[in-house]
Parts: sequence; C-alpha cells; structure tokens
Amino acid sequence: MHKVRTGLILSMLTLALVVCAGLAQASDLGVFAGKSGKIDIAGGTAHIPVMKEAAKRIMQTSPAIRITVAGGGSGVGVQKVGEGLVDIGNTGRALSPAEIAKYGLKSFAFAIDGVAVVVHPKNSVANLTHAQVQDIFAGKITNWKAVGGHDAAIHLYTRDEASGTREVFWGIMLKKGKIAESANVVASNGAMKTALAGDADGIGYVSIGHIDATIKAPTLDGVVPDQDNAKSGKYPVTRKLYMNAKGEPKGLVADFIAYIQSPEGAQITSASGYIPTR
Amino acid sequence: MAGTGQTPSRQGAGRGDQIVTALLFTAAAVSVLCVAAIFGFLVYFSLPLLGGDQLGMVLSWHWRPTSGQFGILPMVVGSLLLGSTAMLLAYPLGVLVCCFAHGLGPARLAAPLMAVIRLMTSVPTVVYGLVSVFLLVPLIRDGFSGSGFSWLAALLVLALLVLPTIVLVLDSQLRLVGPPLRLTAAALGLTRAQELLHLTLPLSARGLKAAAVLGFGRAVGDTLIPLMLAGNAAQVPHSLLSALRTLTAHIALVVATDSQSAAYNSLFACGVILFLITLAVNLGLRRIRSENGPAGLRGGGHA
Repeated sequence: MHKVRTGLILSMLTLALVVCAGLAQASDLGVFAGKSGKIDIAGGTAHIPVMKEAAKRIMQTSPAIRITVAGGGSGVGVQKVGEGLVDIGNTGRALSPAEIAKYGLKSFAFAIDGVAVVVHPKNSVANLTHAQVQDIFAGKITNWKAVGGHDAAIHLYTRDEASGTREVFWGIMLKKGKIAESANVVASNGAMKTALAGDADGIGYVSIGHIDATIKAPTLDGVVPDQDNAKSGKYPVTRKLYMNAKGEPKGLVADFIAYIQSPEGAQITSASGYIPTR
Repeated sequence: MAGTGQTPSRQGAGRGDQIVTALLFTAAAVSVLCVAAIFGFLVYFSLPLLGGDQLGMVLSWHWRPTSGQFGILPMVVGSLLLGSTAMLLAYPLGVLVCCFAHGLGPARLAAPLMAVIRLMTSVPTVVYGLVSVFLLVPLIRDGFSGSGFSWLAALLVLALLVLPTIVLVLDSQLRLVGPPLRLTAAALGLTRAQELLHLTLPLSARGLKAAAVLGFGRAVGDTLIPLMLAGNAAQVPHSLLSALRTLTAHIALVVATDSQSAAYNSLFACGVILFLITLAVNLGLRRIRSENGPAGLRGGGHA
C-alpha cells in the first residue's frame, strides 16, 4: 500500500516535471505545434551543430515535422537553395551580388563567428602581431625563430577558396594579402585541427568554435581570440553566419528561421560556440 | 548430319538471338552514349572558357582566383606526376606479386596472397587516407622534412591502392593463358618458373597492358588520397617532399565555391583534361597492341 503511494507520487512528480519542461520550451517552439511538413537544409558546415539541435527540438515537440540537415559548404548551400533543391541554404559569408541576382535569395544572419590563428599546443609562441601573421602566411617569415619560437621551418596550412573561414581570414587578418602557394590546403575546419594537432611546426586558422585542447590559439596583438572579445569587437577577425531562402520565406521555413533567431535559438547558437547576433 | 537435326532449334535460337543481340546492342549503345554525353557536356560547359582570352588564363601556371588567375597547369602536372610515379612503384610490384602467385613463389602461399590482394580491393579509399594521415604523414615529417603532406605520402598510398587492380587484372589473364600451356611446358621439361617467364607472361601482353591502363586510370582518377595526403598546394612540386595538387583534388576543393565565378567554370576544363589524359593513355596502349599484333591464345602466340 505504502509502496503504491510512493510510486504514485513519483509518477506524478515525473509528469509535473515533463509538463514544466514542455511549458518552458513552449515559448519559442509553440508556433510548430500541430503543424506538419518538411524542411531541407544544406550548406555551410559551421552551421550544422546549431541546425541539428534546433531540428531535434522542433521534431521532438512536433513529430509531424521532418527536418533534414546536410553540409557541403557555403557554395553548395547557395547552389542548392537557388535551384530549389533545399529550403534553406546556409553560408558562412555574405552572398555575392551575382548570386543574389541569379537566384533572388534572401539572407538571414543569426550568429557571429571569429576566426583565429592556431598552432600546435607545444608551440612556445604565445603572441603574434597582425604584421607577423601576414608575413608568415605570405611566406616572408619561414622560421619560427623569427617570431620568438623554436628553430624550425614553419609549415603553412590554409583552406580552399570555397571556405567562408578562409574568406574572413584572408579579408580581415591578411587584408587580402598573399597566401604562399606552397601552403598545404585542407578541406574543412576539422581537417585543419587534425593537421595542426599532429604538426609541431604548423600554423593555420580555424573558426573560434573549433578551438579545443588539441590546438593552441596564440593571442593576436595581445588580444585573446575568444567569443567575448569577438562580441565586443576587441578581436577583429569575425564573420556572420547566414541562412538563405529563395524569395521571402513562407510557412514552416519562415517559422524555422524565426526560431533560430528567437531567444531559444540564440541559446542554441551560443551553446554551439558562436555568438548570437540578437 | 548434326546440321539437319539442329535446323529447327537453330531457327528458334535465331529469333532469340536477334532479341539478345538487340538487347546487347542497346546496352552497348547506352554505355557509349553516356560516355559521349559526359564528354559533350564537359566540353559544352567549358566553352565559355575556351572562347576568347580565357583559355590562355586557364592554361597558365598560377592558381590565384582572388587576383583573377585561374591557371590549372600545376594541377595537370600534379596529376601526371603523382599518377605515373604511383604506377612506377605499383606496376612492377603488381607484376612481381602475380609471378609469385603463379609459380615463382611457394605454391601453398599463392592462395593466401591472392586472398589478401582481393581483400585489399574492399578497403575504402578513405580508410587508407585516414590511417595514413596519422601513421605515414608523421613518419615522413619526422624522418625527412616538411609537413609530411607531400607527393611522397600520396604516391606511396596510391601505389598501395592501385596494386590490387593491377594484380587482379593480370591474374585473370594468367589464369586464362596458363592452364592450356601447362601440359606442353611440362612435356618440354620446363619448370613452373621457366614456363611463366618464357611462355605465360609473353602471351599475356593483353593482360599486362590492360593492367597498366586500368591501374593508371585508377591512380589518376583517385580523389581522396591526394586530397587527404598530398597537401594540395597549387604548385609544381620541386621534390618528393613538397606538396602538390591533382586535378581531382582541385575539383573537389573548388566545387563548393560560388557557382557563378570563373573559378567554378574553370573546373570543367579540369574535367575535360582528366578525361583526355585517361583517353590518351588508353588509346596509346591500344596502339602498341595493334602494332605488336594480337597477343594471347587465339593466335597461338605467333600472330
């Protein structure tokens, strides 16, 4: 008898918790209640953690909604949404005038992401100046000794031209200066991390959200490249992350974009390592 | 005598044959048309480049899209260098492995060896690439100099990748050519090794060439190994330890760029060149064959 009552109380408590959790989420997820349909998303790889978490939360509250999230890179994002293959095409850069003209795309920014120079964790160099970074990537400084490090040749790593990360690094950090042709080219933020985690003499750059214990980010002119400094503007090498739709978004797609830009979407964005724009 | 008895069934078979022939013809026509269509589209899409001064821009030595230079020649050189050096290593190795399995080595090792080679074909390219990033690249970096992502790293792994193709193509030819010769060879008092070196291998010229064509095609066409291991610097490598970029890796890297850009359009030229390289190797070897006359069993070896 006693056991039954305990069980009853426990189950009521659980129910209450579930209801509370449901109510807490209802604020921004409410618009999806009772709706059904499909949203296909593709493009920038930096966006994926945010998109996936949002998709998970929406599909849990409204099981009739299906959301697929694919990568491919910023260029693929533009192409797929432009050709009508997906509903939302993500880019880690602003669209080019040619792209907007051809496809009639509308962009929605939701996050700020910083790009930082990274080296192997055992590298003793703790700070680099803007000019030093430019000279290193241009191939003018070729030994770590010249910037206060160990006596070894610098191994350059860069990203391909489709990379939004490369675009912001080249545009703001290098001031559109030269990147040595001998630099190794890797195809993603993850591949950059793997390469630098293994190469004690390497230098490259990744999105701030990707920095962890396997690589080290020296300060830039004494400024730590982190979210706070990127948000305040003290760390200058930043970009915006965009969702793009063909024409004015309608229905579920509009709801999804609004959700990403809502307070709850902003919370997902910062949990993924980026700075919400709102 | 047998002819009269078979006449009715032959007529029946004739109609059946016609259907089969038509089906086979359709299958062949579709395959050929597909290849022709792919080539046609590649040329069509690269037309904007081929007209005007843009062709010279593409066929130049510097890939700097941000300053309007879209030269793909370093990538052409990269593909040819990597493909041919990988074959230089893999081809002799492949032929030796085949000889080992067909009489030069102990007979009881032949079956396990071929089993391992067949197993190698089922290893996905990306697994070779991934393992090499963590094992081979640091080895080259520490053992020699540079970042380890290099021509050398890619060529070693690529050789490993095309080895089973070479071995299996040659093996199937040796299996075909070998058995009918065995009795004659034995009667002549030849050892297995002599039989292989003086009879079977010379009669397997067709297989030797097919192995070379297919192996080279695989080596030049592979994307993931050079993308993951060769460093992808758009330059002509000055040593085995420097980075290079192949046409395939180049296409994979640039395909995600703004599809309205000249950089994107230049990719179709890369596609055309890749296509032409494999076609040239194919036709080149075909020519050698026709010059030597048909080799193999049909001519009895003296054609």
